Formats: sequence, structure tokens, C-alpha cells
Amino acid sequence: MIALLLRDLRLSIRAGGGFGLGLAFFLIVVVLVPFGVGPDRAVLTPIAPGILWVAALLAALLSLDRIFALDFEDGSLPLLATAPIPLEGVALVKAVSHWITTGLPLTFAAPLLGFFLNMAPEAYLWLLASLALGTPALSMIGTFGAALTVGLRRGGLLLSLLVLPLYIPTLIFGAEAVRRGADATGAIAPLMLSGAITLGCLALLPFATAATLRINLR
Amino acid sequence: MLQVTDLRCARGGVPVLERISFTLQPGDALILRGPNGVGKTTLLRTLAGLQPALSGTYDYAEGAGAYASHADGIKLALTVRENLTFWAQVHGRSVPDSAYDTFDLGDLRDRMAGTLSAGQKRRVGLARLAVIGRRVLFLDEPTVSLDGFSVRMFADWMRDHHLGQGGCAVIATHIDLGLDAPTLDLTPHIAAADADGGSDEAFL
Repeated sequence: MIALLLRDLRLSIRAGGGFGLGLAFFLIVVVLVPFGVGPDRAVLTPIAPGILWVAALLAALLSLDRIFALDFEDGSLPLLATAPIPLEGVALVKAVSHWITTGLPLTFAAPLLGFFLNMAPEAYLWLLASLALGTPALSMIGTFGAALTVGLRRGGLLLSLLVLPLYIPTLIFGAEAVRRGADATGAIAPLMLSGAITLGCLALLPFATAATLRINLR
Repeated sequence: MLQVTDLRCARGGVPVLERISFTLQPGDALILRGPNGVGKTTLLRTLAGLQPALSGTYDYAEGAGAYASHADGIKLALTVRENLTFWAQVHGRSVPDSAYDTFDLGDLRDRMAGTLSAGQKRRVGLARLAVIGRRVLFLDEPTVSLDGFSVRMFADWMRDHHLGQGGCAVIATHIDLGLDAPTLDLTPHIAAADADGGSDEAFL
């Protein structure tokens, strides 16, 4: 499983691997927002947590369809399915490698970009914490969606439609934690709920993903 | 080593083959023949455990089987060595140097797989079979895009290293590999057109 993780990470930084795609998208969206809504601090400060979370979520969505599609096209997926590592493990590794290449860089880039949106200084730590806790759920759910649509031509649109509703709880609790952190009204509760979603996804979705892959490989 | 009894299999919900029975001992190979679309790939995928059989049984040691399809499972952005090392590690093994020599990949091992020709990629795909150490191989057209020399190279490996060391193989192919192996013509085993029970839809 370590070998698979290292291979996926190596592939993502090689030519055409898509590492940085999500990060660049995140950067572009957040930089464009102040141009769109105007540089008024009174407007930017309250919307900063929401903008950062929505942008991070869409950036994570961008690279989902590659998770299994590339392995399906070159025939690696049936070979992995007959290899001695369990398909549940493959699903988990795929989600982890997606998180390392998108969720983790987004988490560290977000505080820097909060600066562009004049985010309240108290909110930075909460932003970091909520993204670190919430983005793994995005990768897990996204991997499940990618397994559902593997083998479909142009499955990207269907994938987005399937996955976005499932992203909403994480978005609500994540952005709420940052907002409450900014005005010191108890950010712990939404943060814990966001963490609970992540843990639930981590515990259940590898099995659902593996079952879906088995059906799609028939 | 591999025992198949009265197997029926389906593709896309339509039964394609029935009454498939054969037994392979260590060192045996079986060549599958039949026109395009007769169900060679379906049979191999069923035996490899990628899709369920409609009825009948197949039996071989747990974790002994390996499948190789038309697609090689080679990542174009990795070198030949990285590709083979990955597949070896997934199976808990390492890549012996002899694997490169057997398939004439010695000079190519640090080349990006994306810069290889179709035949060279196929040789990497076949070398994968040599490094994963599985005893029961299900090979779907292993010699596609290989030149005559490489076909002999593959046949030699199959005879001397795989079958010679107690492995067995089911090979779907249209060309003569020069192996001393029985042939199973699938044409008489085509399932009746009105055969029922073919639906393998997961969500019905």
C-alpha cells in the first residue's frame, strides 16, 4: 500500500500529473474575488471564511475525476483488483494521495490567501484547523464519487453532481467554525462536527468505494 | 492446480459461454481459441475473479492467480524500472535483474515508459508477469504488437521459467506460440441465444 501511495504521489508531480492544479485554481478564485466585490474591507472581512471554504471545495473537486480514471484507462485497475492488497486499501490510499496533493497544500495556502480578503486576525488559526479537519472528508467522498463514475465517458459532470451535495455538511461546519472563530463565539462545536464527518467518512467510505469498484470492473 | 467445472459466464448481462470444464496440472498451459467476440476475454476475466460466474466453479490456490489484459497497466510518466518495481512491491517482491534480461529491457530500464514503442511497452507488461511471482496466469492476447523475435522470447520464458517451474497458464491467442499445450476451441461452447439467468446487474 505504501508502494501504491508513493507511485501515485510520484505520478502527480511528473509531467501531466495535475499537482498544483487545485492550488492554482484556489489562488485564482481568491485573488479575483476582491476585484469582483470591490476592495471595501467592511464587505470583504465577513465573507472571507465563506469564500475561502467554497474556493477550497471547488479546487478539491477539480482533480477528482483523475483518481481512478487514469488507472482505468491504462488497465492498472483490474491488475490492482487482483493484486494481494485489498481493494479497500487501494481506495483509502487513493483518497490519502488525493488529500496530500490537494487538501494539504490548500490548507497551508489558505491563511496566506486570507490576507487578500482582509480576514479577521483571530480567524487564521481556525481556518487552518477547519481545513485540516474538513478536507480529508472531501477527498474521501470524492474518491467514492470517482469510483461510481469510473469507466464513464465524460463522467466529470455526473461526478460533480453526485459529490457536491455530500460536500455541503463539511462546507457548512467548516466555514461556520472560521466565522465563529473570527468573532469568538465558540468555534469548537462546528469544528468537532466537521471532524466527526471526516472520521465517519474515513471509517465507512473505503468499503463503499471498494464495493463500487468491484461492480464497475465487471 | 487449476480446476474448472461446468462454468457459465456472461458479458454485460448476456450469457456468452457455457459448459467450460478443464483441469491444469503444474506445468500445463491451455491455449484458448475462437473467433473475435466468442468470449475469450470474458472467460479469462471470470477465472481471474474480476466478474462472477453465472454457474459452475473454478478453483485454484488463493492469491495464486494473475490477469494480464490488452492494456498493460504501465504508467507512461514512470520509467520502466519504476513501473516494474511498483508491481513487484505491490506483490511483496523485488525485481530480479534477470527479469530485464529475459525480456530484453536492459537498455530501456531508465527510459520513460511513455517514450517506448507499442511492442516495447508490451514487453514491459509481460515482464510484470515475471516479477509478481504468481503461479496461475490468465493471459489475454499476450503477443499483440510483439515482433517475431519477442514472441519467441516470451514463449521461451513461458516454457522455461513459468511452466518449467511448476506454474500454469491459460492463454488466449491467435498465433502459434510454439508451446506444447492443448488447445480449447470455444466455438462449441457458445451459450444458447435464449439462455436465461444472464443478468448480472448490480442494482436490480
